[in-house]
Amino acid sequence: MSEPVGPLLEVDGVSVRFGALIAVNRVSLRIRRREIVAIIGPNGAGKTTLLNAVSGFYHPYEGRIAFEGRDRTHLSPPDVAALGIARTFQNVALFKGMSVLDNIMTGRLLKMSGSFLLEALYWGPARRQELEHRAFVERIIDFLEIQAIRKTPAGRLPYGLQKRVELARALAAEPKLLLLDEPMAGMNVEEKEDMCRFILDVNQEFGTTIALIEHDMGVVMDISDRVVVLDYGRKIADGEPAEVRRDQAVLDAYLGVAHA
Amino acid sequence: MKPVAESTSASALESERDTFPKLVRDNARRLADKVAIREKDLGIWQTYTWPQYFEQARHIALGLASLGFARGDRVAIVGDNRPQLYWAVMAAQALGGVPVPIYQDSIEREMEYIVEHSEARFAVVEDQEQVDKLLGVRTRSRHLQHLVYDDPRGLRGYREPGLSSLAELTELGTKFEASHPAHFDAELARGAADDIAIVCYTSGTTGAPKGAMLSHRNLIATARNAARFEGLREDEEVLSYLPMAWVGDHVFSYAQAIVTGFAINCPESAATVLADLREIAPTYFFGPPRIWESILTSVMLRVEDAAAPKRALVHFFLRLAQDIERKRLGRQSVPVWQRLLYPLGSLLVYGPLKDNLGFSRVRRAYTAGEAIGPEIFLFFRGLGINVKQLYGMTEASVFVTIQRDGDVRLDTVGTPITDVEIRISDAGEVLFRSPGVFQGYAKNPEATRQTLDGGWIHSGDAGFLDRDGHLVIIDRAKDVSRLADGTMFAPKFIENKLKFSPYVREAVCIGQARPCVAAFINIDLAAVGNWAERRNIAYTSYGDLAQKPEVYELIRGEVERVNASLAEDEILRGAQVKRFLILHKELDPDDEEITRTRKVRRGYIAQKYAALIDALYSGQDRVQVEAKVTYEDGRTGTMRADVVIRDVGAPVRVAR
Repeated sequence: MSEPVGPLLEVDGVSVRFGALIAVNRVSLRIRRREIVAIIGPNGAGKTTLLNAVSGFYHPYEGRIAFEGRDRTHLSPPDVAALGIARTFQNVALFKGMSVLDNIMTGRLLKMSGSFLLEALYWGPARRQELEHRAFVERIIDFLEIQAIRKTPAGRLPYGLQKRVELARALAAEPKLLLLDEPMAGMNVEEKEDMCRFILDVNQEFGTTIALIEHDMGVVMDISDRVVVLDYGRKIADGEPAEVRRDQAVLDAYLGVAHA
Repeated sequence: MKPVAESTSASALESERDTFPKLVRDNARRLADKVAIREKDLGIWQTYTWPQYFEQARHIALGLASLGFARGDRVAIVGDNRPQLYWAVMAAQALGGVPVPIYQDSIEREMEYIVEHSEARFAVVEDQEQVDKLLGVRTRSRHLQHLVYDDPRGLRGYREPGLSSLAELTELGTKFEASHPAHFDAELARGAADDIAIVCYTSGTTGAPKGAMLSHRNLIATARNAARFEGLREDEEVLSYLPMAWVGDHVFSYAQAIVTGFAINCPESAATVLADLREIAPTYFFGPPRIWESILTSVMLRVEDAAAPKRALVHFFLRLAQDIERKRLGRQSVPVWQRLLYPLGSLLVYGPLKDNLGFSRVRRAYTAGEAIGPEIFLFFRGLGINVKQLYGMTEASVFVTIQRDGDVRLDTVGTPITDVEIRISDAGEVLFRSPGVFQGYAKNPEATRQTLDGGWIHSGDAGFLDRDGHLVIIDRAKDVSRLADGTMFAPKFIENKLKFSPYVREAVCIGQARPCVAAFINIDLAAVGNWAERRNIAYTSYGDLAQKPEVYELIRGEVERVNASLAEDEILRGAQVKRFLILHKELDPDDEEITRTRKVRRGYIAQKYAALIDALYSGQDRVQVEAKVTYEDGRTGTMRADVVIRDVGAPVRVAR
């Protein structure tokens, strides 16, 4: 199977504004297939807003977003998900009363078809389909090492594990592009190390392209192929981690500029 | 000394069935449809029959042969209990090689020692974590060449030479077989009973680990004797959840399973063991005391969360069951009303609880390795679970004594099994000999000489045989010492009593040539944490919780209870705990304070915490410590903490 060429995601001069506030200001970036791209920047730089624009929560005020070469600037979140873009949230958004397994199964919903009646009766093709989806979900459970909490209600899990379950749910949709909004926020060192390993493994094992927002610079430098830096809604740097780290504009944005 | 049990011919083996691979081949013919091994994978129990077991192992063996595996080669085996790793053990043996299982949670340096000492040329491991460690070891190793892994996750990008997946290895094996069709059978036939079957590195409490070499004859004879002694059957189900590097797992999950033909079950992951236990409901179960303890703790925590009437009901019946069991074990009569109530308890509490825990089908369960708390022992026996104590050592292929059904006591470890002789030396040390007595320590004649004397093993344990021929273990012989005033002091004996408390996870007693006994305590984070939450005591970490005054009060109560029980012992009455402190960190095998099997390394602790010991005996009530800690990845750091010291009330004297 030959892979299509060209970038997976193209963001072209996109701006998002809330009233008078321009949260994202003419940002352009390209994400290549199988890449891990980190989007970093100080608080309020517009990272999450950009992610929201890509996943269809916000519609850009100007500019163009293309996925696999096709324009999809004005799609709604479900349509975006159907295209193969999945995401996790900065504040965990799981169904707290549902088991981990059921939460992850919801990630398969888009892949399910069939009539409501057959589903309800759990009969014939519906049953077969359910079993296939379950088998796929079990692979993810195994992959993310959450076998022990399969039946636990998501709301009872510690935060670090909830984040992992959220990742599992996103993976269940078999996304081509995975958007992770601060996957390691609020985690301790050990949990972060685990999460890094999972992200790298997902990228390697499933060939998933990953864009992530992260504040921990150690993590960013370790796992990403490329780093995009935003500041006040503008892109100020874009390149390999080592280059970006030396970039004067980035240093200024993070450390402040001396007003001499 | 007890007369030798009449020798059955267990150690005489026919050449068709004198090694484990030959026995597996025999099982594959004899028990063609019977399940040999199960593994929970992707949420489903996958089964392999004996013919599949043999075939899988054969293919791994052929793959190893294609890499140039020669007779006598050692293979490091590292990972959780996985069918593939048990097959790898058999594969190595079939080619006349020797498997060397290593604890999967060992840090790189520990692994390096064993790999280098055993001169392992091959390693078969579970996953990336182990591969990473062994690749590190290999860069410095003169021996290690080939690494084989089972789970390819995260390893796709690795391009190191001599690294292959198990799938690739079996493919190589299939090709190799085409050009060498008779190789496997020929190598299998060359194996003999007195070949070394395995080298188990014992995590010594002193110094470097020693590699105990056990022959096929040692293991087959002992496994068979114990199976006959206990009436094990082909239809037993066992959960294989203890580390493969521990001789106990090797004997239960490999040797006995093969000799008897029963099925073993590999849990999905280390974290799912309790759930898997319930799904499998084994008939034959083995757990060191800490496993029994943690099951009990999890039950009690759940009971505390139940509604008040339920809680009262459960407590009532659990007390009843323990009371009855205590009387039974003490050969006292049980009042009629208690006997009448027991069936009701079975219906309402014991039955459902056993079912919930996965013990509804257990015919035999064992505890060994350390003394078990009487409350824990009575709890499980009271539920109607046939838990028994056994005494064993790596150097004896495990089994030395077992409590027979109907002859279970609280304070003994039972009577010698078939073909085992026990003697007590003049110094009070337990000596024994049996067909399971090992072939010596690898490359360590000095240690072998010290342990093995004229066929007798010097166990290093102080103990005695009681009137009925039951063995009683007091302590490690070298640890039994005297206080400054000459009072006998057996630290482990006191520590075990302390550890019987659900709130105490670990204890270290000091007292040799000191005026009195003092103790380091490690609290049980789960139990004390729960206790603290109930009392609205907020804490941030182990270290924080450990130093709370309320927790000190709690532990002081526990220490006083232990002193009261010590006061009842005529010999050890003088050695009660006068002062204690709760350590600011948990004793950890990574810090070399305890072994991987959780035995306290006394000498090392005495040296590392010398400042704390001085403080205990200098009347201070507070001391500052600095401790080196080792993180999981092998890095080290320093931790500073303030530790409080407490006195325990006046020594309890027994009224006579």
